[in-house]
Amino acid sequence: MIWIDTLVQGILLGGLYALFAAGLSLVFGIMRLVNLAHGDLIVFAAYLILVGVQVLGLSPWVSALVAMPLMFGFGWLLQTVVLNRVLGKDILPPLLVTFGLSVTLQNGLLEGFSADSQRIPAGTLEGASLDLGLVTVGVMPLLTFVSAVAAILALNWVFYHTPLGRSFRATSDDPVAAGLMGIEPKRIFAIATGIAMVVVTLAALYLGMRANFDPSIGPARLIYAFEAVIIGGLGSLWGTLAGGIIVGVAQTLGAAVNPEWQILAGHIAFLAVMLLKPRGLFPRAVD
Amino acid sequence: MLLETHALTASYGQFRALFGVDIAVAAGECVAVIGANGAGKSTLMRSVTGVIRNQPGMVLHRGEPIGALTSAEIMKRGIAMVPEGRRLFPSLTVEENLLIGGQARKAPGPWNIDTVYDLFPILRERRKSPGTALSGGQQQMVAIGRGLMSNPELLLCDEISLGLAPVVIRDIYAALPKIRASGAAIVLVEQDIGKALSVADRVYCMMEGRVTLTAKAAEVSRQEIHAAYFGEAA
Repeated sequence: MIWIDTLVQGILLGGLYALFAAGLSLVFGIMRLVNLAHGDLIVFAAYLILVGVQVLGLSPWVSALVAMPLMFGFGWLLQTVVLNRVLGKDILPPLLVTFGLSVTLQNGLLEGFSADSQRIPAGTLEGASLDLGLVTVGVMPLLTFVSAVAAILALNWVFYHTPLGRSFRATSDDPVAAGLMGIEPKRIFAIATGIAMVVVTLAALYLGMRANFDPSIGPARLIYAFEAVIIGGLGSLWGTLAGGIIVGVAQTLGAAVNPEWQILAGHIAFLAVMLLKPRGLFPRAVD
Repeated sequence: MLLETHALTASYGQFRALFGVDIAVAAGECVAVIGANGAGKSTLMRSVTGVIRNQPGMVLHRGEPIGALTSAEIMKRGIAMVPEGRRLFPSLTVEENLLIGGQARKAPGPWNIDTVYDLFPILRERRKSPGTALSGGQQQMVAIGRGLMSNPELLLCDEISLGLAPVVIRDIYAALPKIRASGAAIVLVEQDIGKALSVADRVYCMMEGRVTLTAKAAEVSRQEIHAAYFGEAA
């Protein structure tokens, strides 16, 4: 029985990792850009939500709703002003620039909010749980998982059933030919990063409500997100959800055996998948 | 003039590919650009469509300089391209490949998804297939249809017969008069001189980055073309 419980908790934790990873997966799938600042952007968004809660007195949910368009704009600007200039055949410049952005964000947040750990207050939801008979699940982890599935459903719908998604896929396939179709690849990239930042804001809401955060925790979130994306297969959104679940289940199983093994078990699961399927479980990207 | 180039030059790094090319295309006209491999035909197309940027005044659309615009901006002005090698989007179905051609420019005109399917009926049957799962000839039909979907004033066709069987080339060329009848001007870049001359009003021949012959298709002699194409007297 305890194993079923562990498995369920692991799957729900995987939802959080999938939320961390969905934006990364989207951006990589469209422009082959690895954003090393992704984890720090999640932390940045968490502080933005916190400001809405503490300064404006908004509920966390409303604050996140307000933060989403702001983060979309931030992502759009970031892509237009900075990242579009370094995208090209050489993958090193965007890596260096996003690494620099990661350092800048961490230090900026440290200046603005100090190193004290913070939490977004979730009220009664924090400890609430649901008895499902076989297992008892926390309402917050369940909401996180449902949000992850909803986010990936929504992204998939945009990707495969809208003109914008058609432009995303065409630009990803061949940016020059997309230009000949009247599509500006740089504009498409800016919209994609903007959408990724909306998902980042959703991830930040749950990150901040479920645990304490401080300016330094971004890179560790990036690692989980990375592992989820790579396990799932580069560019596949459902694969990213599967990858998040695999990391989450491995971590809770590891922790059930010995609490010290939680983080390690996630990384070992990642390495095992890489050994067996180096291109991930559901690869979409050809290169 | 619908499209003009004035002393158009283009380079790839140190390598100069075009040396002062002048061409002109009038509305509704069909112009062939012929020449051997490496003559600069495709570079000319890339320059006109903004894939290679130029001095603004080197390329004019309806008298306005477009040499510094992006490919997307040029396309929205009504200059559509059927690129060399077709370059269909592998992630898109046949229908999506067609739809994306008309997505950025909504211009009134005869072409829409139904009329393109009427032009190439086989595509209607294959509309759910991935674009790149089709035969070469069918892929070329998708590429032409995709170009038509924006109802362009000018359709640039780069090597549409390259690598295709003669019977397939015949089918594709059979569509060109219908496209002309719809009002669009066509520029045909070809190595197949006979095919190009059979549908064109005028012909430019290029060699080593220069225009070596300008003539009416109906009046040009085999000797003139031979000389312009190979740079030697027949």
